[in-house]
Amino acid sequence: MGLALLVIIWLITFFSTYFFVAQTWWLPHGAAKAAAFIDGQFALTYVLMGIVFVAAQGALGWLVWKYRAEASNGPVEYSHGNTKLELIWTTLTAILFIGLNLMGSHVWASERFEPAGPGSVPVEVTGMQFAWYFRYPGADGKFGRTEPKLMDPSAGNEAALGVDTTDPASKDDVVTGTMYLPVNRQVDLTLRAVDVIHSFFVPSFRFKQDAVPGLAIHMHFTPTEIGDYEIACAELCGLGHYKMHGMVHVVSQEDFDKWLAAREAEKQ
Amino acid sequence: MATFSPTIRVPQTGQDGGGTNPPVRGGGGDGGRGDGYPDYGQRLRRVRLGLAIGLTSVTMIFVSLTSAYIVRRGLPTYDDRTGTYTQDWIPVQLPLALLLINTVLLAASSVTAELARRQITRQAALAPVTSIPGVSLGRESGVPWLAVTVVLGMGFLTGQWLAWRELADRGFYLATSASSSFVYLLTATHGMHLLGGVLVLLYAATVSLLNRPVEGRRIVVDVTAWYWHFMFVLWIGIFALMWFVR
Amino acid sequence: MVAQDAHAHAGPQGFIRKYVFSLDHKVIGIQYYFLALAAVFVGMFLSLLMRIHMIWPTAILPIVGEIKPETYLQLLTMHGTIMVFFVLTTAPQSGFGNYFLPIQIGAPDMAFPVLNMLSFWTTFVAFIVMLAAFFAVGGAPLHGWTGYAPLSALTNSGPGEQLGADLWITSIAIFCIASLMGALNFITTVLDLRAKGMTMMRMPLTCWAWLITAILGLLAFGVLLSAGILLLLDRNLGTSFYVPLVVVNGQVMGHKGGSPLLWQHLFWFFGHPEVYIAILPGMGVASQLLSTFARKPIFGYKAMVYAIMAIGILGFVVWGHHMFMSGMSPYSAFAFSIMTMAIGVPSAIKTFNWLGTLYKAKIRFQTPMLYAIGFVSLFVSGGLSGPFLAQPVLDIPLHDTAFVVGHFHLIMGVAAIFGMFAGTYYWFPKMFGRMMNESLGRIHFVITLIGTYCIFMPMHYLGMAGQPRRYSQFTELAYLQHLMPLNRFITYAAIITIAAQLIFVINLFWSMFKGPKASDNPWEATTLEWTTATPPPHDNFGGHTPVVYHGPYEYSVPGAPKDYVMQTDPAGVTTH
Repeated sequence: MGLALLVIIWLITFFSTYFFVAQTWWLPHGAAKAAAFIDGQFALTYVLMGIVFVAAQGALGWLVWKYRAEASNGPVEYSHGNTKLELIWTTLTAILFIGLNLMGSHVWASERFEPAGPGSVPVEVTGMQFAWYFRYPGADGKFGRTEPKLMDPSAGNEAALGVDTTDPASKDDVVTGTMYLPVNRQVDLTLRAVDVIHSFFVPSFRFKQDAVPGLAIHMHFTPTEIGDYEIACAELCGLGHYKMHGMVHVVSQEDFDKWLAAREAEKQ
Repeated sequence: MATFSPTIRVPQTGQDGGGTNPPVRGGGGDGGRGDGYPDYGQRLRRVRLGLAIGLTSVTMIFVSLTSAYIVRRGLPTYDDRTGTYTQDWIPVQLPLALLLINTVLLAASSVTAELARRQITRQAALAPVTSIPGVSLGRESGVPWLAVTVVLGMGFLTGQWLAWRELADRGFYLATSASSSFVYLLTATHGMHLLGGVLVLLYAATVSLLNRPVEGRRIVVDVTAWYWHFMFVLWIGIFALMWFVR
Repeated sequence: MVAQDAHAHAGPQGFIRKYVFSLDHKVIGIQYYFLALAAVFVGMFLSLLMRIHMIWPTAILPIVGEIKPETYLQLLTMHGTIMVFFVLTTAPQSGFGNYFLPIQIGAPDMAFPVLNMLSFWTTFVAFIVMLAAFFAVGGAPLHGWTGYAPLSALTNSGPGEQLGADLWITSIAIFCIASLMGALNFITTVLDLRAKGMTMMRMPLTCWAWLITAILGLLAFGVLLSAGILLLLDRNLGTSFYVPLVVVNGQVMGHKGGSPLLWQHLFWFFGHPEVYIAILPGMGVASQLLSTFARKPIFGYKAMVYAIMAIGILGFVVWGHHMFMSGMSPYSAFAFSIMTMAIGVPSAIKTFNWLGTLYKAKIRFQTPMLYAIGFVSLFVSGGLSGPFLAQPVLDIPLHDTAFVVGHFHLIMGVAAIFGMFAGTYYWFPKMFGRMMNESLGRIHFVITLIGTYCIFMPMHYLGMAGQPRRYSQFTELAYLQHLMPLNRFITYAAIITIAAQLIFVINLFWSMFKGPKASDNPWEATTLEWTTATPPPHDNFGGHTPVVYHGPYEYSVPGAPKDYVMQTDPAGVTTH
């Protein structure tokens, strides 16, 4: 049975590790500025944890085979432990875990401790059961008032958000069901939710943030590649959670301006 | 029956603390009298220990409600209209005089609970003596402190009910504001726990009529009295929170 | 509520007193165990339906019929809730703990037998109320076992969110009260009922695990109770603890100013210690069994005790790692993240010590040991995906994906369950006087180990690829389509593994009646339960009070006549 255990444990370890190393199923291609940092930290973590994984499982498998009762090893080592060894491996583990964490923390800080920079594209993303809406503030750069009592999803995009048309700032607001962004410009995102918690998740941008009712959460990211990227809702929000998806189109600055102008024109 | 050589020693590495001699602990159920008489002293200590542990969990309930209160009080609410966060905590107009009266009632009941506890402790201590045929200690001073505590406790609960009526008259219902929700919730939770204490005291008071051994009843009264004191201290904490952090 | 006397007496007669409202911790332990067994079958059945629906969303199943998206979410919610509360918090602690804690410390029963009986029946009522949610108008709630508000706080946020959700919350509240009663009993018992010579540092590691688990429960369940009460008030009496101004389907609801994050903080303040409640007893059992079957003292007993304590304490300051993406302050996230990495350290110590116990040992491979070894492997696997999630930057792509599902299932859904299997095979002889079948045990182990790895390891790959969790189907997102073969593989593995659990059930019940008779100490173990008759008499030790002379893991002591010295063996005591 010792041999069987060794074989089973080592095979499980081999196959688990193989699919990580081969990257058979992997993070999608990163298309935002943060992706490089995040993927780098991910790689570091998975290499270190991978080494620990192989070592620990390998040791387990080897030990249960080597010290099976049928084998003729020496007498059992009657020992209650080894304090020096305990201190050594405790310290090493602490350094490894906490060090790893501190290394990743500067990325977190740059993502989340700082607000969006000047010249960023403001977009408001609102989640509701079961769709995403995107609002652009237009030329005045200000989002108009919204009023819960005015919300009416059946009457078009602006009405879905309850945009108060009497507010002058909302005259140039554009609300769409798909998101367009200009490439290589930081996005100043405001996340809102109307009913329950949703989560705006764009795997390719390595971006995720819960949209919480009662809060307007500011985040930023910078798409770096032109393309179409899917949005998935990443917080259980009801029966339509699985189909609450959207699309981000990252285009050149010109195409973005043209698109936005076309939307403004439609409003007239 | 040991055929074990007395020169074998189990090494003292790590585990067995202070040598191989077992520490002296009361093993077995009797209080050293050796005649099978139940060890009420041990039982009392055990039930008190259980109460202390149980009160930790009650404390956690009130700690969580208190922290929710404090956080909610400071939490601004996003106002769609202005696009800004505003404070929306409305202090409740507490019926202070009524609550102060209730506090005095509860304090008094704590005093009488303690007197009841000491009264029955004396009775329990003297029980072995009074069980000797022909021995009597004469009439005890006879103030039924237990019953007085129950009355004062019910008085407090009635007063809390009146305080709720007063709050409603002032326009503060459960769902009126976050602050009023917390006030009702905190006082209701405390009140329910106190009512539980009242019911146990009633049980202790009535069961004495059934001629149960006084040492057993003493344990019930003792532990309930400590519970009662805790409920009083808890009330002070809740009252202070609602008033000074309104 | 008063402790029993410790002299021998036959105990109550009569079926109701003996088997239904028994005050005997052994009967109560078995009652809890069978409650958990019933619950795990309900939970497994729900997960089977879930896995089938995920790969065949339009299939119409026999008996159950069509599974709509909301039904999937209801299955998911009840699966998680039933498994976490009625299996993982029940069997390892209230089941085995109730049965064996008093015996292992040399006590005749728990400190408060009546309270013990009440805590079981309260748990039972909680289970019935939970099951009732399935039959409520609208069905069971669909808000996940984590019950995030406002989804769980609004009665019109989805099917099942009316009476079903109220029953769910009520059941959990009842469960909280039952758990608090049990925790009180466990802690008092350990502190006050240990036999002569049973110092704290001579207690088996199972007892330490049950003690720390009880302390965690004592401090955590009250917070869940508060959270649940606030939720009931929001749902039914119009308060706004958790619900801000929201509009559901165009209808402005009457709430204002509440904070959804408040629910998350309260829930996870309970929720994180809860997962340690689920795993610590399994760690205790693993330590116990590894030492016993390796014929070697546990490596670093003191370190193991301190590690359990450290895990318990740190477990209270890491709850925010469930909330990195929630809108919580990023500074708090950083603090929680450091503490979370810190809690990996005592867990690692325990793993090193388990490996150290096997080093230069003499390992016997009876079924309990197989599960203990499996536990270590699974704990390593499940534990090492933790440092990914503990780093907020890496949590960004991984939060709410299948990666998290793989992580917590390997730890809670497999390692902890292996702890339960290990305990079952190990203690079965003492409880029922018969041995379980070794061959069936071996087959069950191999299929379950390989099967559960096949189910849950691939979920890490799915999560990295961005597959969100709690999706009833993956038909709507193009980037998920290439993951369907892997999802199918997982479902097939699940079907086989769930089917294989029948082997365990057959072994369990067959052996109870027809298994070969067991001796009093079939594993040649040292702890107190193996000194007493099989099954133990009503007061556990047949009238005499045990006296303890040694620590719990004195195996292969040089010069001793056998390769184990029982804790109560007076021989070998030097007089000084």
